[in-house]
Amino acid sequence: MSILVNKNTRLLVQGITGKSGGFHAKSCMEYGTNVVAGVTPGRGGELFESKVPVFDTAHEARRETGCNATMIFVPAAGAADSILEAVDAGIELVICITEGIPVLDMMKVKAAMKSSSSRLIGPNCPGIITPGECKIGIMPGYIHKPGAVGVVSRSGTLTYEAVWQLSSRGHGQSTCVGIGGDPINGTSHLDVVKMFNDDPGTEAIIMIGEIGGTAEEEAAEWIGAHCQKPVAAFIAGATAPPGRRMGHAGAIVSGGKGTAQGKIEAIKAAGIEVAATPADMADALLRRMAR
Amino acid sequence: MNIHEYQAKELLDLFQVANSPGGVASTPEEAEKIAASLQTSDLVIKAQVHAGGRGKGTFKNGFRGGVHLCATPAEIRDTASRMLGETLVTHQTGEAGRVVRKVLVAKSVAIRKELYFAILIDRAVSGPVIVASTEGGVNIEEVAEHTPEKIFHLAVDPLLGLQAHQARKLARLLEIPSDRVKEASALFENLYKLFIARDCSMVEVNPLVITTEGSILALDAKFNFDDNALYRHPDVQAYRDIEEEDPREVEASKFNLSYIGLDGNIACLVNGAGLAMATMDIIKHHGGEPANFLDVGGGATEQQVTEAFKILVADSRVKAILVNIFGGIMKCDVIAQGIINAVKAVNLPVPLVVRLEGTNVEAGRKLLAESGLQLTPATDIADAARKVVAAAA
Repeated sequence: MSILVNKNTRLLVQGITGKSGGFHAKSCMEYGTNVVAGVTPGRGGELFESKVPVFDTAHEARRETGCNATMIFVPAAGAADSILEAVDAGIELVICITEGIPVLDMMKVKAAMKSSSSRLIGPNCPGIITPGECKIGIMPGYIHKPGAVGVVSRSGTLTYEAVWQLSSRGHGQSTCVGIGGDPINGTSHLDVVKMFNDDPGTEAIIMIGEIGGTAEEEAAEWIGAHCQKPVAAFIAGATAPPGRRMGHAGAIVSGGKGTAQGKIEAIKAAGIEVAATPADMADALLRRMAR
Repeated sequence: MNIHEYQAKELLDLFQVANSPGGVASTPEEAEKIAASLQTSDLVIKAQVHAGGRGKGTFKNGFRGGVHLCATPAEIRDTASRMLGETLVTHQTGEAGRVVRKVLVAKSVAIRKELYFAILIDRAVSGPVIVASTEGGVNIEEVAEHTPEKIFHLAVDPLLGLQAHQARKLARLLEIPSDRVKEASALFENLYKLFIARDCSMVEVNPLVITTEGSILALDAKFNFDDNALYRHPDVQAYRDIEEEDPREVEASKFNLSYIGLDGNIACLVNGAGLAMATMDIIKHHGGEPANFLDVGGGATEQQVTEAFKILVADSRVKAILVNIFGGIMKCDVIAQGIINAVKAVNLPVPLVVRLEGTNVEAGRKLLAESGLQLTPATDIADAARKVVAAAA
C-alpha cells in the first residue's frame, strides 16, 4: 500500500517537450510510471518518445486519456497558470516541480483552489514516489526500495539522504512525498502525515523540515495527540543566520519566528524522535521504533 | 533584496503614499539645492546605507551621527560634505563600515504620535496580513511581547485585495481622528496597491506618524521584495546596489549560485538547499564553523562548479573545504570533473574533503581517484563532517 500514487496512476506531463520536462518524463517512464499524455501549447498532435500523445491543453489530455495526475515542468512565469489549467481540467493530483514561482501567484492559486477537489503537491519540490510502482518527479529512482516507511520533506536532496540511509539499512519506503521549499505550497507536512497515519502500508514516518514558517510545529502537535505510528524528524537550518533566505524561498527566519530550535522543541514535546544530524535520520527512526 | 531609504521614498511617491517631502543628493551642492527648495527651517539629512543604527553611527573621519537635523540649506551642505564619500560605522555594518554615496534631504516633521503599519505574506493563511499598532517608532517585537493587545492583525482576501472598509477599520483601530480617517485609509490602500504591484514580501512603515498639524505620513518605510518575482519588475531590479552586498555573494550571483557568506572557516559546496543547510549544521555539530551556505542547485554545470570553487578559495578565512553531493539530477561525474577543473585552475591552498553519493557515483569517484588530486574522500555525511573539522583545526 501507499499514498497518493501507485501503479494505477495515469500521468500527464505539462511541459513535456521542454528540456527538463522531456528528460524527467523519460526517466519516469523508464522507472515504470504510466505516462499517458503530455501538454505543450502549439505542439498538439505530436508523439513524445514515439508513443505518448501531446495535446495543446490539459483539458484535451484529460478527455482523451483519462489522466488522473499531472507533473508540471512549465517555467516559473507560466507555472501558476498551468496549475490552474490542470485543476480546471479536473485532474485529481497536481505535482508542480517548477522552482521560482512568485509568491503572489501561488497565493492566488491557493485561494482559487479552495473550492476544488484537486490536490497540489509543491511547487519547488522533487515530486512523489511509491517505490516499485510509480515515480513522479526528479528523484533518482534507484535509491528507493519498496517498504513501509513514509517520508515527507520540504527538501529534495535531504529526502534522498534519508531514503538512502533507510534503503542501505534494509528499510524500504511506502511513499516519499516532497512538499517543496516555497512559503506557500499546496500540501503541508500535516496533510501528508495524516495520510500516512491512515495508510495500512505505512508503519513508520520520517518528517524532514527546515527553518521558516510553522508547518512542522503544526504537524508535531497533531502527531503528539493523534498519530498511531512511530515518527522521527530532522530540522535543517540550526546554523542559518536570521533574515536570510537559505536557497529555498521559504527557508527564512524572520522576526524571531520559524527557528530550528523552536521546531525541534515542538517536535520533542510531541514525543517524536529527533535526528541530531542529517546523518542520523534513519537511525533516529529505528530508535523510535525500538522504544 | 534590500533598497535604500531614498528608493523606498521614490516608490511611496510613485504610489501616492503620503510621506515627508525631500530628495536624494550625491554632492553637497545638490543637497543644498534640495534643502532650499523645501522652504523650511526644519530639515533633516540622512546618510544612505543599507544598515540600521545610522543615527548613532560614527564616520571614520570622526564625524558623529549619520542623521542630522539642520536649520538652513548652508548647514545641510556643510553636513553633506562631512558624510559623502566617508565611511559610516554602525552596530550593523561591522568595523569595516559602509561608504556613503548618497544623502537624503527631507523636511523634518513635528510628530504628535508614532504608529506602526506593516503588510506581509502570512504563510499560515497563505495570504497578505496587515499588522498595525498604536505603538510605533519602537521595536514591534517588544510591543508584541509586552503589550500584545496593542497590535492588530487583519487578513486580506488574496483575490479581493484590501477593501476600503477594512482600511477605515484599521484607521479607527489606530485611533486616527474622524476628520483624518479618509486620509489614513487612502494611505493604507495605496500602500497595499504598491505591495501587490511590486511583488513585495513585506512593507514595514515604522513609524507611521500623525504630525502636530494632523497629517498622516509614512515617515520611514522598509521594503522586502520576492526574489522570484524580480524578473517582472525592472524598476525594482535597478534599485539593487551591489556596493552594499557581500562581494562573495555578488560574485556568486553572476553564476546563478545560491551563496550566503558566513563568518566560519569551513567552506562547503552542496547540491540542494536543504542538504546545504544540513551540511552547515553537521559541521557545527562536530565543532566546526561554516564559512558559507552554497547550493549549486540540481542542474549545475561543470563551469558553475568551477566558479563556485573559485569563490570558496578566494575567501582567506577558509581553512578547509567540504564538498557534499547527493546526485539526483546532478551527476556525480559532472561534479567530479568540475572539482578537478577548479583545483587545476586555482591551485588548491587548503585541504579538501569530498563526499559523493547518488547518480553516476562510481564514475565520479574514479575520476577523482585518477586525477592525482590531493583530497580526502568521505564515506558518508558524518564521516565528511568529522574529517573536514579535523582538517580545519
